[in-house]
Amino acid sequence: MRAYTFVILLFCSIASISQNCNSTLFGSVVDLHDGSNLAGAVLIVESTEQVVVTDLAGKFTIPNLCNDKYLIQVSHAECRTIGFVVEVKGDTSKAFKLEHHLEELNQVIVSGKAYKSTTKTIFENTLSKSDLERFSSGSIGDALNSLSGVSSLNTGNLVVKPMINGLHSSRVVLINNGVRVQDQEWGAEHAPNIDINSVGNLTLIKGAGALQYGGDAIGGLIVAEATKVPVKDSIYGKFSSTAVSNGRGVSMNSQLTKSYQSGWYTTVQGTLKRFGDFEAPAYVLSNTGSFERNASLQFGLNKFNHGFEVYYSIYRNKMGILRASHMGGSEDLFRALQSDKPLVINNFTYDINTPKQDVTHHLARVKGFRKFHDFGKLSIQYDYQRNKRLEFDIRRGEDKDDASLDLQLDTHSVMLDLDARLNDATNVKSGVMARYQNNFADPDTGFLRLIPDYNKYDLGLYGIATYKWSDNWLLEAGGRFDFVHMNAFKFYRNSFWESRNYDKLFPEIVIPETVDGQFNSQVLTNPKFDFYNISATIGVVYSSGAGSKFLLNYSLASRAPNPSELFSEGLHHSASRIELGDLRFKSEIDSKFTLTFQQENEKWSFYISPFINTINDFILIEPIGIQKDLRGSFQVWEYRQTEAQLLGLDMDASYVFSEKLRFQHQFSWVRGYDRTRKEPLINMPPVNTKNELVYQNKSFSNLRLAVQSEYVFRQNEYPDNDFQVFIPGLGATKEVAISATPDAYHLLNFKSSMDFRINKKSKVKIGIVVTNLLNTTYRNNLNRLRYYADDLGRNVLLNVKFNY
Amino acid sequence: MKNLKILATVILATLSFASCSNDDDLPEVIHEEEIITTMTVTLVPDNDGTSTVTLKTQDLDGDGPDEPTIEVIGKLVTGVTYNGTILLENETENPAENITEEVEEESLDHQFFFTIGDGLDVTIAYSNFDSADNPLGTAFTLTAGDASSGLLTFTLRHEPTKPNTGLDDAGGETDIQESFEIVVE
Repeated sequence: MRAYTFVILLFCSIASISQNCNSTLFGSVVDLHDGSNLAGAVLIVESTEQVVVTDLAGKFTIPNLCNDKYLIQVSHAECRTIGFVVEVKGDTSKAFKLEHHLEELNQVIVSGKAYKSTTKTIFENTLSKSDLERFSSGSIGDALNSLSGVSSLNTGNLVVKPMINGLHSSRVVLINNGVRVQDQEWGAEHAPNIDINSVGNLTLIKGAGALQYGGDAIGGLIVAEATKVPVKDSIYGKFSSTAVSNGRGVSMNSQLTKSYQSGWYTTVQGTLKRFGDFEAPAYVLSNTGSFERNASLQFGLNKFNHGFEVYYSIYRNKMGILRASHMGGSEDLFRALQSDKPLVINNFTYDINTPKQDVTHHLARVKGFRKFHDFGKLSIQYDYQRNKRLEFDIRRGEDKDDASLDLQLDTHSVMLDLDARLNDATNVKSGVMARYQNNFADPDTGFLRLIPDYNKYDLGLYGIATYKWSDNWLLEAGGRFDFVHMNAFKFYRNSFWESRNYDKLFPEIVIPETVDGQFNSQVLTNPKFDFYNISATIGVVYSSGAGSKFLLNYSLASRAPNPSELFSEGLHHSASRIELGDLRFKSEIDSKFTLTFQQENEKWSFYISPFINTINDFILIEPIGIQKDLRGSFQVWEYRQTEAQLLGLDMDASYVFSEKLRFQHQFSWVRGYDRTRKEPLINMPPVNTKNELVYQNKSFSNLRLAVQSEYVFRQNEYPDNDFQVFIPGLGATKEVAISATPDAYHLLNFKSSMDFRINKKSKVKIGIVVTNLLNTTYRNNLNRLRYYADDLGRNVLLNVKFNY
Repeated sequence: MKNLKILATVILATLSFASCSNDDDLPEVIHEEEIITTMTVTLVPDNDGTSTVTLKTQDLDGDGPDEPTIEVIGKLVTGVTYNGTILLENETENPAENITEEVEEESLDHQFFFTIGDGLDVTIAYSNFDSADNPLGTAFTLTAGDASSGLLTFTLRHEPTKPNTGLDDAGGETDIQESFEIVVE
């Protein structure tokens, strides 16, 4: 590239004849796309060989020029070098525009700028490619867990569901490459179906403010985007592999990108992960292995004012669920709670037996955009997703190897978005979305359907405006309307239908039997629901010149009840409880105020964000009594709507001791309260704090050493759900203590990495990570399997990454 | 602009395809094949003078809200030895499916346990075994002791640790569990 420019320079340079040579050329170097200033750009004046570098504001000054034409070569680390011909007449100002793109190989200088921010008045946490690569062998939930205010609801160590400020599942929306992921996310035991290695940038928004994606993200939004491909002739790739001691497994990921100056590009990527049983400090966690296979393909054309992209990804994950977590009645639960180790411990194996999950997620997307001069950018997108979820329980007889849950969810969506710049100060984003979804529960399982067959139609309309009042003040306001129609076919047990009084309340939805006994003591119903949901956001940002920023945001969000909240009716094995939904539920309405203060300078940075979240008709599940059937006694948990309030505070701080040493601190606290019952909400994350010391020496093979301490307090606020039950095996009534939370714990983690350059274009990064360094025995309040087993013991990970 | 047109056509085509899906078909009714709705324990005396005792529990709605109905027909007689058999059935099927056969086929993966409650004077011994000679318990003998009364509990464990010394170290999960009020006269 440089040689090419040089040739142009040779042919084009104009010999300068010195005459009146005290003119000055000044101006700035800016990004062609968003107009941001580029610091550190190098300008070389061909004929005089003057070299200047732009300052932090992207400004430059070249003195002592003659009134003449000059060829100036402008280069920047993240841009293609371009030669400009400039005519100087006296003191001349000039803005050079460079096409600013990331370069995959130089990740050190990757900044968040290549990715657009989604909201202006809610602080966005981001994880860049280099952050994400440290979690390459884990899951997206593990990576998000490293941010303040994010915890996770786990089922073992493989099912990691992100929890934002105490909320999870249907209240957290996941966007993968512009597509809202539809992967049966209502289930607390359903991990997000997304490959962490396909993600180039991950943004977290703690609130419902990003209305373009939906108005129901009461907890927040997670936006995953693929790595941006530069517009230049290039071919590059990477291969990374991690060997993991705990689980005795390996994770491999490979990616290859070909791009062209003309804007065409294509990327292929694949991931393979295989683990055996994981281990707690004292024993093997039997049947916790996994086998994950993912691939993605992306190609498209990216011109400055138009483009399109086709994206396809497949995610397949087979996961064992701790054998000791499969329960019969309350007696089994009582035995499990009494025991300090799992009731089933076998030798280590790579085999994945029942209970297990086998999930496949396909995502296909086509999108196109066009920029209209003086008008804005129009984008259109169609996506299709197919989610296939198989869950296998411990069964008997001929059906032993058959799934007991077999769901297929197909989703089609179309979106049309317009991003218009009305004037220098005002920007308006608006759009429409239509979605059709079909859920099919395969009857061959031989088990009553957990979730019924249904068709669901969504229609959404939104508009968001931002107004830049002055250099310091920015206002944002937006609104969204969603219409949701759901048409389901659901079988109820006669006994449940009548005990719920549904036969009096909803006689009109019953489909009568055409032959007596056709439905086998069940009632077939056709419930139809219409939800009209309004959501809105309003906020303001004040930025002082001195690196400090205030953000204040109010968001109103509405969420329609999910299928599990509406239709549940039966036994949940791993919780040993019967769960009941309710057809009468209304939408949840949430009001959240978030205040953020951010201060940054060369030495230290500080971020604090308190919030208050008030949710009307919050849907929660709680115990209502004991029910006996032939398998024993079970606690019955029923969904209920209540008035809930969540208060919390997230804090981040870092201090730079020297160029090589820095300290990072994180603190999160959240308190959830049921205002109707005047008791704490269940499953709230305990107060936790992370402190990390990082040593990085760029001149010594970019050596990076980090020691992290993670302290999780005991959760002292929880509702009392203990119950008394007669245990026939003991001939006595006993208390089943399921409420008490585990003790506080402290974990030490160690991370290290070094880079080695092989040649001009290739680089190898080697990293060693040790988690739970001291092999501490602990249980986590938010792990659903905490009743049955300890959490993971020490894990040593060796990672090798090769960029070429 | 041409790209946009192609895209719009593709989307319209897909949408019309999607909306054609037939939602008129009613979903298939599911017969739960694995549930045990009924357990009948028959105690046949080994002498002719006394009558058979039957213990029965039935819960036709499975995990539904109806509680099981428990029935004890007859009383045990002091000093008599009974041959017990356990019949497990799924009565949601017509005719009712015999689940005991399945349990006996998978004898290595199952075991019945008998818990004799406080006050009740009976002794129980396994009379059938799995292929590894560990107890199975779908057949057993019960000897009635002195006149007494109390609870007798039958527990079927799936995938227990075998051999074991009883419920405490058997592990596995409970497939069925029921207690009966027994009287010895």
